[in-house]
Amino acid sequence: MADFFAMGNYAVYVWPAYAATTVVLVVAIASSLRAHAKARENVRRLEMEIGEGDKAT
Amino acid sequence: MAVTMTRITVLANPKRFLDYSSALLPWTGGLAFVLLAVGFYWALFATPPDYQQGQSVKIMFVHVPAAWMGIFVYSLIAGASLGGLVFRHPLADVAAKSAAPLGAAFTALALLTGSLWGKPMWGTYWQWGDARLVSELILLFIYLGYIALWNAIDDPNRAAKAAAILSLVGAADVPIIHFSVEWWNTLHQGPSVTRGAIDPAFLWPLAILALGYTVLFVWLWLLRMRTEIFDRRSRALMLAKGA
Amino acid sequence: MTAFRALIVRDMKLAFLAGGGASLAMSFFALVATLWAFGIGPDVTLLARVAGGVLWVTAMLAALLSLDRLFQADYEDGSLDVIALSPLSLEMAATAKIAAHWLTTGLPLVVLSPLLGLILQLPPPGYVPLVVSLAIGTPALSGIGAIGAALTLSIRRGGLILALIVLPLLSPTLIFGSGAVIDALGGTGRGAFLFLAAFSVASVALAPFAAAASVRLNLAS
Repeated sequence: MADFFAMGNYAVYVWPAYAATTVVLVVAIASSLRAHAKARENVRRLEMEIGEGDKAT
Repeated sequence: MAVTMTRITVLANPKRFLDYSSALLPWTGGLAFVLLAVGFYWALFATPPDYQQGQSVKIMFVHVPAAWMGIFVYSLIAGASLGGLVFRHPLADVAAKSAAPLGAAFTALALLTGSLWGKPMWGTYWQWGDARLVSELILLFIYLGYIALWNAIDDPNRAAKAAAILSLVGAADVPIIHFSVEWWNTLHQGPSVTRGAIDPAFLWPLAILALGYTVLFVWLWLLRMRTEIFDRRSRALMLAKGA
Repeated sequence: MTAFRALIVRDMKLAFLAGGGASLAMSFFALVATLWAFGIGPDVTLLARVAGGVLWVTAMLAALLSLDRLFQADYEDGSLDVIALSPLSLEMAATAKIAAHWLTTGLPLVVLSPLLGLILQLPPPGYVPLVVSLAIGTPALSGIGAIGAALTLSIRRGGLILALIVLPLLSPTLIFGSGAVIDALGGTGRGAFLFLAAFSVASVALAPFAAAASVRLNLAS
């Protein structure tokens, strides 16, 4: 187990590389999902508002 | 080819695109996660150390797919730009704009991981002798310029066309840039520093990860394109509301 | 006088007016070369080794200075519309502007470079390669620079974006250009001038098309 984490003395290079990868991928996924959800919500809200406006008039 | 062209024109309608893409989303997302999970597990736990590089070879599994994606995405942007300029495909600029930040992120990641891979191999965090790494650095600048141009021009239609022209000029230039960097290195050390052939034991996890990164990109790209289409619809609705 | 030549002459005249950028580029070239000497320090051997590269980079930056107004100035006062409506095709107009830019910015840099080489302790074998490489390479700066200028003509303070998009594209010119000087100093020959010339010829031949397309998209709205 300790061997695995030591990565044959290359741990200081290998793990930051994997950490950076994880961070970049997670941030890309999270930001894309969030922006997508927000944008979709915006459209739904506006379509409802306009729908209600039409009903009111 | 004819089928692909029909499919692409079918996707020209934003509403249709939204319908198609929403069906695709869970599949691409799921497939990406499966491929990445399998790939990373295999790479980290089931590959031997390289006889030359030891365990530092494991960085290859995060560097090579990222580098490949940086180039792949840029060629997608160039292709989309061509589609927008020449064939006037309505969603081409959405496609190009959405892909760029992802491509830039992959390229930056490739540079970071490449640098970490290089230190144990070459003894230095930045190896000018690696023409691919240097070319990736210039590619990152090209991405940043492309994104900056999109953001700097107010009119979205103008911005789309300008960015398209820029990406095509860049696409033509990138092979020349790569060649010039390789030439640059011939001064002192003969052919540029190479990393050596890839042991077959590494090919499978590498291929799975490369495919996983690609499918992940497609998933995120679809999400971002949909986001852009939603935002355009929101803007149109806001204008209609104001009227 | 043909419309093509008239446009070149007009642009050249404008370039030498105040704010035209030609004299600005030369002053910048000289000033920054001097700054490099201060920055690197009085180590003569070190300066001698870096002089070629320093002068090439500085020349690139100086050429950029007058680029952002290349199309923007005409766009703002309506001259670009007039040029577009004239019998001269936009591609030829772009070529004329590229030529004028080179004559008023690139060529002066070439002429000024040996003097700055003196300041930076460039060794004797380096002077001819420096001048020749700049002479061959600066047209590419004008050509590709013009594409950037046309793309950014509607952006206020577009100079920085112009630099960001144009400089990476010009890497081959810089690499081959300064490489030519380095090779001459080192006694090696790697065909630098040939590659430099090929890139310049291709750039100047193709840039007008990209620049004209960029101008068109800006005028269309």
